Amino acid sequence: MRIALFGNPNTGKSSIFNHLSGMRQHVGNFPGVTVDLKLSDIRIGDQTHQLIDFPGTYSIYPRSNDEKVVYEVLRNPQHKHYPDLAVVVADASNLERNLFLFSQIYDLGLPSLLVLNMNDIAQRNGIRIDVAKLKEAFPGTQIVEANARVGFGTDRLKQAIQSNQIQKAAKPFLDGFQVAAIENTSAQSEEAELRFKKIRFLLSEVLTRDVKTKQEGNLKLDRILVHPIWGYFIFAAILLVLFQMIYSFAALPMDFIDAQFAAFSEWTSAHLPEGNFYDLISQGIIPGIGGVVVFVPQIALLFFFIALLEESGYLARVVFIMDRLMRPLGLNGKSVVPLLSSVACAIPGVMATRTISNWKERLITILVAPLMSCSARIPVYTLLIALVIPDQKVFGIINLQGLVLFALYALGLIAALGIAAILKAFIRTSEKSFLLLELPSYKAPQWKNVGLTVWEKVKVFVLDAGKVILAISVILWVLASFGGEEKSAAKIASLQESPVYMSMAEEDRSQIEASIRLGNSYMGQLGKGIEPVIAPLGYDWKIGISLITSFAAREVFVGSLATIYSVQDDGEQNLPLLQRLRAEKRADGKPVYSLATGVSLMVFYVFAMQCMATLAVVKRETKSWKWPLIQLLFMGVLAYLGAGLTYHLLS
Amino acid sequence: MDRLLVNVPFLEPVRIKSIIDSPLKPKLLEMGLVSGQELRILFKAPFGDPIAIEVGDYVLSLRLDEARLVEVVS
Repeated sequence: MRIALFGNPNTGKSSIFNHLSGMRQHVGNFPGVTVDLKLSDIRIGDQTHQLIDFPGTYSIYPRSNDEKVVYEVLRNPQHKHYPDLAVVVADASNLERNLFLFSQIYDLGLPSLLVLNMNDIAQRNGIRIDVAKLKEAFPGTQIVEANARVGFGTDRLKQAIQSNQIQKAAKPFLDGFQVAAIENTSAQSEEAELRFKKIRFLLSEVLTRDVKTKQEGNLKLDRILVHPIWGYFIFAAILLVLFQMIYSFAALPMDFIDAQFAAFSEWTSAHLPEGNFYDLISQGIIPGIGGVVVFVPQIALLFFFIALLEESGYLARVVFIMDRLMRPLGLNGKSVVPLLSSVACAIPGVMATRTISNWKERLITILVAPLMSCSARIPVYTLLIALVIPDQKVFGIINLQGLVLFALYALGLIAALGIAAILKAFIRTSEKSFLLLELPSYKAPQWKNVGLTVWEKVKVFVLDAGKVILAISVILWVLASFGGEEKSAAKIASLQESPVYMSMAEEDRSQIEASIRLGNSYMGQLGKGIEPVIAPLGYDWKIGISLITSFAAREVFVGSLATIYSVQDDGEQNLPLLQRLRAEKRADGKPVYSLATGVSLMVFYVFAMQCMATLAVVKRETKSWKWPLIQLLFMGVLAYLGAGLTYHLLS
Repeated sequence: MDRLLVNVPFLEPVRIKSIIDSPLKPKLLEMGLVSGQELRILFKAPFGDPIAIEVGDYVLSLRLDEARLVEVVS
């Protein structure tokens, strides 16, 4: 049997899904659908059923692209995913609005099962539901009372599914019901009025209230959390704690992963036989995978905290207080979470834009998200800051290096918001922006749901970013390993004639030779090729090579410089690399890494779209190459002009 | 007296008279803003927009632009 799960947002639908699926789920590939649907094969008794989790909606009529899939599947019995049974999860504490969707699905002639979830909250609010009477209004259906938060009612839900006693409606709940076309909003309005009238009449007989306690407890909390002044302070404080925790907690596992991959790469190059194929594994593929995995702790932590805020009900309040501020920029209160996520990595940030129903606001959020300084930029920033910014105090207390780091983050944020305001004028849409958002009551988070969310996000990141970064790593490895072999061999041979050179340690010699090979390789030729273009920014061909290798992932910049200047990359303090870079002189005897060049490079990394994995995700989310190319272009122009201007102002 | 939801003071209970015709009308109705429904404004975001209202058994936030589509009576 094919079982579909429907329900309003915030009804505990995902908890029901998790209980039924027993956590065995996968993300389904539905052609033409903007959202990922979760699928699971579930076993009840001796039968296996397919469970499909549809996006949370308030109606069968779509109000955003994400919701279209519900309408398309439900009104077409020939559809590949048309269900044999619809399980509709309803919030028992808010039955009136929840019955709206259930009665629509019932009226479509689908065998439907109603789950009255969150019974405990309904009881606490003094709401009593006469289930037998409710069932009379929907002949053929089954009603199961549940409290999925504590797992109550799931056995009875399984029994009800197994019983096979659920039948199609003989006649619709709403007399003379007919499905309206998506465009026919007046028919939909008429239906909504009539349907609610009938539901309210039904509930006057089915539902009784003891006392009217309602929202008072939430209201007190909301008075503080969305307070005109304290609201922003509290949000800022939460953000501060969040990022502090992400960076401090993630540092240890990240260092560990980094060290493991470096050791593994070294081990393989020492133990595998010589040859291109084995070099590819030890120098291309293993560091490539390491470059993805190293960000997992940060992304997992970020999503852990975001899931906590979401589950508790606070995130909806963030959307609420930020909406007015984001609107003039062509964004939406819901853009805050994607932009926040992008501080760890733009890939989950871009994917988090799916909650924004308005296409224009979603697109603008996607386009500016990569301008937020992501964690892959941190190694680049810290190296460059240590290189050109003196370690001194300003105003006696503020560390100048820290101030510059903060300024780089601020520059990214300002650019993101500013570009959003500009894009607002250029992107046209007929779709009207609106914000009709339910503010769920505050509740303690469910750890199982939080854990699953984190697992899902990390999985998608590793697979999505992993594929692209791996592919780019291989291409870059080929470019860096081949080309100019004769030239390099001649140069190395001439060096080897010198007794001074031969008296050097073998390690140092092999690094110098690697540097010569890289300089003559296709990659080196590319770097020299773009030198005229990047010279106005204060860069030479060696920096050019590092800029190109950064397209796999920005943090590769540091490793590339280490190779080019033939120093052992020690990963952490970069001390030998710093000394080597400081000693580097131009033809006229001035240092290459002057203040102007260093800051210009930092500005370049703030703006430039040096992340193929993000471009690939943007392509997938916008369903066309047009937007990632536009993004690559405007960020590139911004980076080039910004870096050029910085170089000229400082030199 | 007829008036729009935007002009209602905090916590004053009002009843929806109708929703002004617009592309958003069916969406507002589906969220439970049908005629006869009782509601009250619970709180507002900083800058007074959006607002949060109690509709039946839940809290809905909507922008002032959307609240201008809701005609209410005391």
